[in-house]
Amino acid sequence: MARYFLRFGALGYLALLLLVPVGLVFYRAFEHGFGHAWDAVSSHQAVHALELTLLIAAIAVPANTVFGIVLALALVRTRFPGRGLVNAVVDLPLALSPVVAGLALFLLYGRGGWLGGLADHGIKVLFALPGMVLATMFVSLPFVVREVVPVLREIGTDQEQAAETLGASPFQVFRRITFPAIRWAVAYGVVLTTARAIGEFGAVSVVSGRIEGKTETLPLYVQARFEAFDTPGAYAASVVLALIAIATVVGLRAFHPREETAA
Amino acid sequence: MATDAAVLERPRAAVPSGALARGVATGYLSLIVLLPLAALVWSSRAGGLGAFWDQATRPEAVAALKLTLGVAAVCALINAVAGTAIAWTLVRDRFVGKGVVDALIDLPFALPTIVAGLTLLALYGPGGPFGVNIAFTRTALLLALLFVTLPFVVRAVQPVLLELDTEMEEAAASLGAGSFAIFRRIVFPNLLPAILSGVALAFARAVGEFGAVVLISGNIPFKSEVSSVYIFGQLQSGNESGAAAVSVLLLGISLGVLLAIGAFRRWRTRHDG
Repeated sequence: MARYFLRFGALGYLALLLLVPVGLVFYRAFEHGFGHAWDAVSSHQAVHALELTLLIAAIAVPANTVFGIVLALALVRTRFPGRGLVNAVVDLPLALSPVVAGLALFLLYGRGGWLGGLADHGIKVLFALPGMVLATMFVSLPFVVREVVPVLREIGTDQEQAAETLGASPFQVFRRITFPAIRWAVAYGVVLTTARAIGEFGAVSVVSGRIEGKTETLPLYVQARFEAFDTPGAYAASVVLALIAIATVVGLRAFHPREETAA
Repeated sequence: MATDAAVLERPRAAVPSGALARGVATGYLSLIVLLPLAALVWSSRAGGLGAFWDQATRPEAVAALKLTLGVAAVCALINAVAGTAIAWTLVRDRFVGKGVVDALIDLPFALPTIVAGLTLLALYGPGGPFGVNIAFTRTALLLALLFVTLPFVVRAVQPVLLELDTEMEEAAASLGAGSFAIFRRIVFPNLLPAILSGVALAFARAVGEFGAVVLISGNIPFKSEVSSVYIFGQLQSGNESGAAAVSVLLLGISLGVLLAIGAFRRWRTRHDG
């Protein structure tokens, strides 16, 4: 009896909070026919927004993957003063408002900021691609680190040390021993990083200046369309983002590292 | 955590590559995260502590912060109950389509927050199919935060529940304990640490959320304007020091939550032997 009560309570909560709203956006996007939705997402502005979103992700995700692995190695395999602080700072983007992250970049690279002088040398960071990439890197930094750290701890250093004793160079040890052990965790982290990079709104909104057709990513485009009372356009672009999100969820299932380590 | 200490105490050979990794890692982290945050803290008090205090205690800023903390707390509490119930259903119950429901839990992590806000507005806003219109209210704000924070408690509790041995519960049942007594005396104490860390993360996320609330809350000062939206508004209207002051407060809250989670984990590992 309690079991059924709980089951229907839990599933009902999920349906009302998640499934029905997301389903409704799909319905709204296609209620005037597939052609309308297609026209809305194939407009010049929408295509440009999608391309910009993917370009930012294509820069931010590899950077956070490579440096995320290095960070995880440094946190688990070495000991240094301030390691506890580094550990806390890695988690900070998860707990911090993206608007605060955006404002921090704005103040650092803006007029009078410590690195505001870059603009005088022709390096435009704010209201341009570099700032948007930096904002995306900031908010999506923790994911690869957080997935790789527990796996590194679990595998220990026995095999790495054995390889070293046998004369392997540090790079060979990493390529032959460490990386194969952490690759599923890396893949899982990459999927999470990509999803966050594509969907980022608050931080990018602050540093981009939201210049239509120039610094407008797809999430910013959704807001702009909605505020211009073009709800069909907003719904259509949302469907594109929702499809990417659904692909992400499927990808997460495929790379689930916890099941591998549990077995 | 015990393995962590064991790994650390072992001697290691590759010192040069270790130093390199450390340098690259801390350099990257400093450039991407620390330097901007340092610039934020520095500019928030550029006009002196008095100016900082004036900006942080403006009535609109205080109202926004109070609302943010209040709604985030309610959201965290609901998550504690609903998240635990969902995790229990996913681990202990059996029904058709369980795999799909389990995958669905990750959707709020993957879905862009602005889309989350738009979807809720489509259903519970003006012209919604149910005829309910809660747009631009605090209820809408809470709903948006519940949407984006849903996975935290579920994903924290699920693995613990999976590993929890059912023998204790069976023993309690054979001794005549009712299902509520079993939950309260056996299951709940085992889940509590996971629930707490999930709730803390959900709270931190709710305090800082922007994308999901910006469309649905209407951002009415003193009524439905949360701190992140307030910061954005101050920046738009050119009051950078006002935005920075409130941002530093949010930064402090985030750091506080993270440090509390870390301290709690260390305390637990020490007491579990």
